[in-house]
Amino acid sequence: LDYQHVQVPFEITLWIMLASLAKIGFHLYNKLPSVVPESCLLIFVGLIMGGIIYGLNDRSPPVMDSDIFFLYLLPPIVLDAGYFMPSRPFFENIGTILLYAVVGTIWNVFGIGFSLYGICQVKAFRLQDVSLLHNLLFGSLIAAVDPVAVLAVFEEIHVNEKLHILVFGESLLNDAVTVVLYKLFRSFCEMPAIKSVDVFAGVGKFFVVGLGGVLVGLTFGLTAAFTTRFTKDIRVIEPLFVFLYSYLSYLTAEMFHLSGIVAIIACAMGMKRYVEANISLKSHTTVKYFMKMWSSVSDTLIFIFLGVSTIGENHEWNWPYICFTVIFCLIWRALGVLVLTFFVNRFHVNTITSKDQFIIAYGGLRGAICFSLVFLLPDFHRKKLFIAATTVVILFTVFIQGTTIRPLVDLLAVKRKRESAPTVGEQIHIRFLDHLLAGIEDISGHWGQYYWKDKLEYFNSKYLQKILLREYDQPKSSIVLLYEKLERKHAIELAEAGQLGHAPSHPSLLRSGFLCSNKKIVITDKKLEDTLNPDVLENIQEILARNLYRIRRTGPAYNRHTLPGETEPVEHAKEILILRHKSL
Amino acid sequence: MGSRASTLLRDEEIEEIKKETGFSHSQITRLYSRFTSLDKGENGTLRSGGNQCACLLLYLLISKMRILKHMTRINMCLLHREDFQRIPELAINPLGDRIINAFFPEGEDQVNFRGFMRTLAHFRPIEDNEKSKDQNGPEPLNSRSNKLHFAFRLYDLDKDDKISRDELLQVLRMMVGVNISDEQLGSIADRTIQEADQDGDSAISFAEFVKSAARFQKEM
Repeated sequence: LDYQHVQVPFEITLWIMLASLAKIGFHLYNKLPSVVPESCLLIFVGLIMGGIIYGLNDRSPPVMDSDIFFLYLLPPIVLDAGYFMPSRPFFENIGTILLYAVVGTIWNVFGIGFSLYGICQVKAFRLQDVSLLHNLLFGSLIAAVDPVAVLAVFEEIHVNEKLHILVFGESLLNDAVTVVLYKLFRSFCEMPAIKSVDVFAGVGKFFVVGLGGVLVGLTFGLTAAFTTRFTKDIRVIEPLFVFLYSYLSYLTAEMFHLSGIVAIIACAMGMKRYVEANISLKSHTTVKYFMKMWSSVSDTLIFIFLGVSTIGENHEWNWPYICFTVIFCLIWRALGVLVLTFFVNRFHVNTITSKDQFIIAYGGLRGAICFSLVFLLPDFHRKKLFIAATTVVILFTVFIQGTTIRPLVDLLAVKRKRESAPTVGEQIHIRFLDHLLAGIEDISGHWGQYYWKDKLEYFNSKYLQKILLREYDQPKSSIVLLYEKLERKHAIELAEAGQLGHAPSHPSLLRSGFLCSNKKIVITDKKLEDTLNPDVLENIQEILARNLYRIRRTGPAYNRHTLPGETEPVEHAKEILILRHKSL
Repeated sequence: MGSRASTLLRDEEIEEIKKETGFSHSQITRLYSRFTSLDKGENGTLRSGGNQCACLLLYLLISKMRILKHMTRINMCLLHREDFQRIPELAINPLGDRIINAFFPEGEDQVNFRGFMRTLAHFRPIEDNEKSKDQNGPEPLNSRSNKLHFAFRLYDLDKDDKISRDELLQVLRMMVGVNISDEQLGSIADRTIQEADQDGDSAISFAEFVKSAARFQKEM
């Protein structure tokens, strides 16, 4: 038995296998994922595993190595998030997102740090020796909202697109702030005396870290786009370039002590458009599938390891400190969101309602990033206290906040009263007016708010496209362009399906179409009076509700589990395009 | 490009548009920027020289001598249907064609900035301070009933002030998925007319339309 020889890869594969089997297990029982978010279940599995290992070996199970987390587990998730991030709502709300990410995080850090320091002063808790600097350091790592946890939970509660992008964008971009503050306080801990010049250096460092990360990311992204221009003859390795360049951007940024997360996001967003135009369709699908797969595996592994690492002797359970940490995290986040939203609403037409504010505040989940950062702390005698507090905060946010956020959202949503069902005519006219308003908004460029976007488009079409795209065509009418894309993908499918509009054989059309036409609505020669029949009316309303095209996108476009291009709004868009092209 | 746009658009014009449509100064300049960006053409090249000369003369005559280097990017101040069709979100809007047609006056193929603004004025977002204005003045262009009138005109292609069954069918066909048969659509149209029709002419007049759309609260 030559176990030593294969031990490392064998164990890694076993862990990944365990993670994937656990995922299958959850989805076999359909009701479970809707009640308890997947992340909770995974942590639970991890806890069990940790308990087993502890019982067998009688010593602490292997703690998740911070290096493994930061270098191998985190990048795929962030890459997936950045690549599929819907850029229009992201850039529309970029001001708000940055405000929450930067100012909000700083507010939280100092708030939590100082209030915990205040708690430490109380003699009864035996915490005198935790200095202010230590508290600030702890604050800096616990304050940041975690993208992995937020993604996992928000997926299942179906909030509107804008809210989703706000919390999610914030969780991604606050990495820059976290990195700077964490490193700053850590270096302060080791310095004998702190001068004010150091503080200013810290502030300047923040800009360097953030903007430097963006620059590194964009450089790699545009290089990737340029490389794919020449890959026409070696289609097979095209997907590899996407992953290599993104990973390189992450590692390079980390090497220079810049923000790796911001870099990889900038890389993904920068290269997406050009790479997708250059690479073949099959490579494109491969890229999408691999990204989803890797990020899924990473995500699962992270939560399981979180559970495993909780068991063991790494903790010092000083309950007052821990409880106050949890309380302060909640309070300061809520306060921060309230104050910042007040400012945001002064400047924007689209206000953030109080229900939205509640979700933003309550959805500030902490996750594995805090956990890894706390393990990276230098060894000092109170480190175990911090580890314990971090663990409890993470478990609290993921379990309690994650599980209860959905019922709370539903509860709040129910408060908006549903009026009596609209009549058929109203349904149609209202949808008509919705489409009209949406169209006018698009024509006006959202009332001229697209100023910078238009400038960027101009720059793009004049210079970037010529360099980065392999085939640069004249810009044709959008309908023609999009239709050509469609044609390439679905020519065969459409031919097999026969004439469009008669016998739909596309699977999604089948499900809804035949189902309702089989509902024996005797339509053919009904006289006018018969349509007063309530059954017929109900059927008509059902048909309309199911078949009227929705306006643009009202739900989040980013979904962890499905690929873009397979969701229902896209199907509708394709149908509309085909119809309009026929009429051209 | 914002400052360049405002030098191309004369102050007097801005005032006139402001009076006619109610947009604010900054809104007008931003929308002009949007108007010109829609008219980018193939490579942002210059359009036919004739119009360029005319604009140049007018510019010189009426305004003060401003910096003429802005003129190298002057666009022909007109939009065509293709320019609208280039907007990607509009391409997947079921009513895209009709909305585009609403911008072009009867029988014409191009629209200038004034016409563009006039149409958009119907949907100008209502500011907070307007809600409390006096009811005595002329009804603003973006009042609820004017918006509904605009929508009604999109339904009513033959302009007889009535939405007939055929017109309704056409619109329904555009708005609904491919897996509804013609018979089902016909019955839906019949039902709609039946619900709304009060004077028994099997068509929907504007008053009946307004009543049906009474529930449409939103930004109106």
